[in-house]
Amino acid sequence: MTTNATATRRSGSRVSAKVLLYVVLGIITLIILLPLVWVVLTSFKTDFDAINSPINPFPNPFTLDAYNTLSSGQQPIFRWFLNSMAAASLQTALILVTASAGAYALARLEFRGKKLVFGAIITTLLVPPVIFLIPNYLIVQNFGWLDSIWAITIPGAAGAFGIFFLRQFFIGLPAEIEEAARMDGAGDFRIFWQIVLPLSRPALATLAVLSFLANWNDFLWPIYVLLTPDNQTLQPGLSVLQGAYSTHFGILMAGAVIASVPVLILFTIAQRQIVESVASSGIKG
Amino acid sequence: MVNTALPTLAPGSSRSRGAGVRRRTGTAYLFLAPFLILFTIFVIAPAVFGLWISLHLWNPLIPSQPFVGLRNYIQLFTPGSLTSGDFWQSMQNTGIFTIGSVPLLVIIPLVIAALLNNKIRGGSVFRAIFFAPYVLGVAVIGVIWKYLLDPQLGVLNHVLGALGLPSDIPWTVDVPWAWFTLIGVTVWWTLGFNTVIILAGLKGISPDLYDAASVDGAGTMRKFFSVTLPGLRPVMMFVTTVTILASANMFGQSYLITRGGPGHATRTAIQYIADEGLSQNQMGAASAMSYVLFAFLAVISIINFRLQRERN
Repeated sequence: MTTNATATRRSGSRVSAKVLLYVVLGIITLIILLPLVWVVLTSFKTDFDAINSPINPFPNPFTLDAYNTLSSGQQPIFRWFLNSMAAASLQTALILVTASAGAYALARLEFRGKKLVFGAIITTLLVPPVIFLIPNYLIVQNFGWLDSIWAITIPGAAGAFGIFFLRQFFIGLPAEIEEAARMDGAGDFRIFWQIVLPLSRPALATLAVLSFLANWNDFLWPIYVLLTPDNQTLQPGLSVLQGAYSTHFGILMAGAVIASVPVLILFTIAQRQIVESVASSGIKG
Repeated sequence: MVNTALPTLAPGSSRSRGAGVRRRTGTAYLFLAPFLILFTIFVIAPAVFGLWISLHLWNPLIPSQPFVGLRNYIQLFTPGSLTSGDFWQSMQNTGIFTIGSVPLLVIIPLVIAALLNNKIRGGSVFRAIFFAPYVLGVAVIGVIWKYLLDPQLGVLNHVLGALGLPSDIPWTVDVPWAWFTLIGVTVWWTLGFNTVIILAGLKGISPDLYDAASVDGAGTMRKFFSVTLPGLRPVMMFVTTVTILASANMFGQSYLITRGGPGHATRTAIQYIADEGLSQNQMGAASAMSYVLFAFLAVISIINFRLQRERN
């Protein structure tokens, strides 16, 4: 498996093994990417073209009809886009503020009830989200938040992942700088704000990206708590589109493209951080 | 997640104690307050409130919500009752999906991670490409695959036809094909997630172990089974557990691609619970179902954990 081991083999079989390896990885790459490329190409087809020549990948003629229909049609997809942006940004900000402050207390302060608080956080990490579905629906309804941005941002910000993730990171920070600052008379708020947070920029950025993605892609909760067409976000909106344009594949694929572009841009920029943070979850966990 | 999170508590707290830090309960709760307020209202309270709802005939369209004790639970375990047939069919569907998808989502990423663990050019590019579908939402995945796999108008059947293969496979409208679709789409969507976790585990295995195995004359296969797999055990346990939980919570794929059909043949437990509670307004019964599902998952997690520990 490792190169050290294969180095001792004859070079002929090594070269062909390498070729085989690249061929296999190339095939997997095609399986992953071809459907996505197909979707993008279909979004530039006319309805007639998409239905009549599904096997020809290239649009004939190339057209922006699907995007024009979406932007002028009855389904307010750009409004959904703004709703998704607003909700994902607001929830991300809320998570960063509440989780970082709470994680500082859990990582750096000794206090009564610490074990209880931390135990509760860990336990809820393992509870399936369906448990909260119906009671949270009633709670949100009672607050008058149904069909509003509050329903899709505030309950979701209460999850335990963020505070757990940042606590693990804060514990790994060297305590010496903080102790020195404390000697100089700095209080907890100054240490948190001027030392811990600046040192934690990579972890905060990772948490921000993961939180944004999770909110952007959330589906089950918004389809039940968002009621009117104007207040949808993109993911439940796609489900609405699927109902409205069932065989207008150009339009459906254009909707999928619009819903994917922001997360794909985010993924391209922060690819390394996202993949690394997922990768390390297994080792730390 | 639990097993190593707890040990790390010790070094953290002993360090601050070593620095002669006294208890600062007031300050700590000031820092924790914003989080704890949200956590209490939207996590702790609903967990308890859900149990309370499950003990009532809770229908928001009816003026009173009478207390019925364990009736909602008893009904689930009474054959022929209003809910038990549909509920257990949906649980069985979730079971079929979980049993079908988890082995693939463990083995395929293991193989891909082993391939990527060789010294190759562009390894991180492959890794990023394989991970990419995972950042797309389930709604995007559902909409695009419902099109690609459409029995009449979809691409796949036309491609199969052009290759001289059967071109009328009912991918989204009949079982067992709908199961192959739901499982296949989920594998395509999430294999990259498991791959990067397993790959990190592979990189964590000391090269010395492989060298020692080479000295003992072990071949590639022998090394895989004697060095790689034992070294990966904790990571594989984590991946298996997370994948079981994710598969057991499947909702969006069947909601969008098969609409739970044909009939209710692919309607999952989550789909039935959400529909029963939030569309049919049977909130008491649906809450009881969610706790039964939770109990199932807890038992599976415990068995999984025990099995892994015994093997060690």
